[in-house]
Amino acid sequence: MHRGAALGLLRAAAVVFGVVTLTFVLLHLAPGDPMQRLLGPAATAGQVAAARHAMALDRPLAVQYVDWLGRALRGDFGASIATGRSVASLLTQAWPATAILVLLSLALTYLFGIAIGAYQANTRHRVADGLLTVGTVALNAMPGYWLGLVLVMFFTYRLRLLPAFGASGLDADFLSVSGRMVDRLRHLALPLLTLTLIGIGGTARFVRAAMRESRDAPYLVVARAKGVGATRMVIRHQLRNALVPVVTLLGLSLPALFSGTVFVESIFAWPGVGSLMVQGVQARDYPVVLAAATISAVLVVVGNLLAELLVGVVDPRSRRTHDDR
Amino acid sequence: MTIVEPATRSSDARTRIGVGVLALVVVLAAIAPLLSPAASTQDVVMTRFLAPMTRDLHGAFHFLGTDRLGRDVWSRLLFGSRISLTVGVLTMALSLVLGVAVGAGAAFAPRSVSAVLLGLTDFALGVPRVVLLLLLAALWPPNATQVVLVLGVTGWMPIARLVYAETRSQLGRPYVDGAAALGARRLRILFRHILPHGAPPVLAAVTLGIGNAITLEAGLSFLGLGVQPPAASWGSLIASGRDTVVNAPWVGLAPGVALVLVVISCALIADGLYERR
Repeated sequence: MHRGAALGLLRAAAVVFGVVTLTFVLLHLAPGDPMQRLLGPAATAGQVAAARHAMALDRPLAVQYVDWLGRALRGDFGASIATGRSVASLLTQAWPATAILVLLSLALTYLFGIAIGAYQANTRHRVADGLLTVGTVALNAMPGYWLGLVLVMFFTYRLRLLPAFGASGLDADFLSVSGRMVDRLRHLALPLLTLTLIGIGGTARFVRAAMRESRDAPYLVVARAKGVGATRMVIRHQLRNALVPVVTLLGLSLPALFSGTVFVESIFAWPGVGSLMVQGVQARDYPVVLAAATISAVLVVVGNLLAELLVGVVDPRSRRTHDDR
Repeated sequence: MTIVEPATRSSDARTRIGVGVLALVVVLAAIAPLLSPAASTQDVVMTRFLAPMTRDLHGAFHFLGTDRLGRDVWSRLLFGSRISLTVGVLTMALSLVLGVAVGAGAAFAPRSVSAVLLGLTDFALGVPRVVLLLLLAALWPPNATQVVLVLGVTGWMPIARLVYAETRSQLGRPYVDGAAALGARRLRILFRHILPHGAPPVLAAVTLGIGNAITLEAGLSFLGLGVQPPAASWGSLIASGRDTVVNAPWVGLAPGVALVLVVISCALIADGLYERR
């Protein structure tokens, strides 16, 4: 177990280190001098050189890299070119919004995805199963930015029920505590619904397939012969076994979920890391992009590690094989 | 066996639906100029925001209506499908070449090289793809070629894993030994004997990947980081519909529906291929 966890940590560190290095190298391979861009076309060669010297851009690449890495490890990602604010403070402001969105959407996705998949795997209503299959396949195929647009069309403009932009209303500061809470939840609703609906499609399909496969497994025949009730059978026996691939899927789906968040945040102007990154990219704000790439790599890698640990919790057999090695 | 048969038949039906829809889209894309009432980038201010199934004052019929510049949505959709489909197919062709090279390389190579190639695959799987795409789009001015290159270079890992597993499992088989005993070279054994055996799951991964690449390209174009105007992929069409959600919802709805149909078709074909293993 310990050896497995240590290996996992090592691999995770390697991925983060790799992403950071790749990002850094790409930034410096890219055409155009950031200082020339910052100072504008009127700047003389001398001014550009002075600015490069001031930002320590005239030193060898390897030295700059080690320097940036050392500062990044201490949480110092430099200042945004576009706004002049410290990137660390921008990120500190942005990450809770992303975390709330991702965690809530994960919880709802797995709750409903597993329930729908388990129902489909065990129902005798072929029509219901077929309809749910069509629905989940379609949801799974939808790009988040388009589904978000459709939901805005319906809930914001047709029904005039939910807001489509930002994390809070303009009048949020004048509301009571409970009013502010409701306002926040109303703003959260559409981005959360978009991410969750897409997630449910994939998860339900996966759970249905996993549980279908185990329907005739010997342990279920034995349980049935012992007279175990239908509900207990699904929850205690079938679901428990089907959870192993589902938890593995959770780890594998994290990069996709993060990608989805980038698009969904930018559609709904949700002030998270994804929005920050898209704005950084559009403004060519290198320090912000570099930092956001680092943070997202860390988030994805940590999520994968947690999923690996969770597999051990769900399936004690996997722990044993780790020890045996 | 009786349990298997109906499942196979229904999967055949699903594959046929998938192939049918995809073939229809490809044909429509190929003959796009014949089916469009006007050139897709022609701007006519007098015919803005016409609803679907209406005629404009010149008498031209607009099956899916017009956008805010009076452009026919149906024509834009057809011409957009050319870009979206081409990007999807070229991307996966590149991923296929890279995936087969890395996967088969890792299976045939000595242990140390194999470990490096497999480690590289694991590493690449852990890199957040969209982050890399956004980064590259930020650094180099975006265009279709770049999108294909980047999507192809970031999408080969599942194929490499499949090819590696399949090649390893076939390597010890008698027919491979037989081919080697007859003097066949490694590349010939790989392409003539091993890969055809493992083709269905690899092709399934490629088909799924095409849908995925089309969606990602659309995402980049949606953010303005994909193909640049006046050319338009489905993603840029969805983006242009974003501003007219209220008064002309069809502008954004039509390309999205087309995209979802193509992605579902790819998934159906992939499902059928998996079951054919």
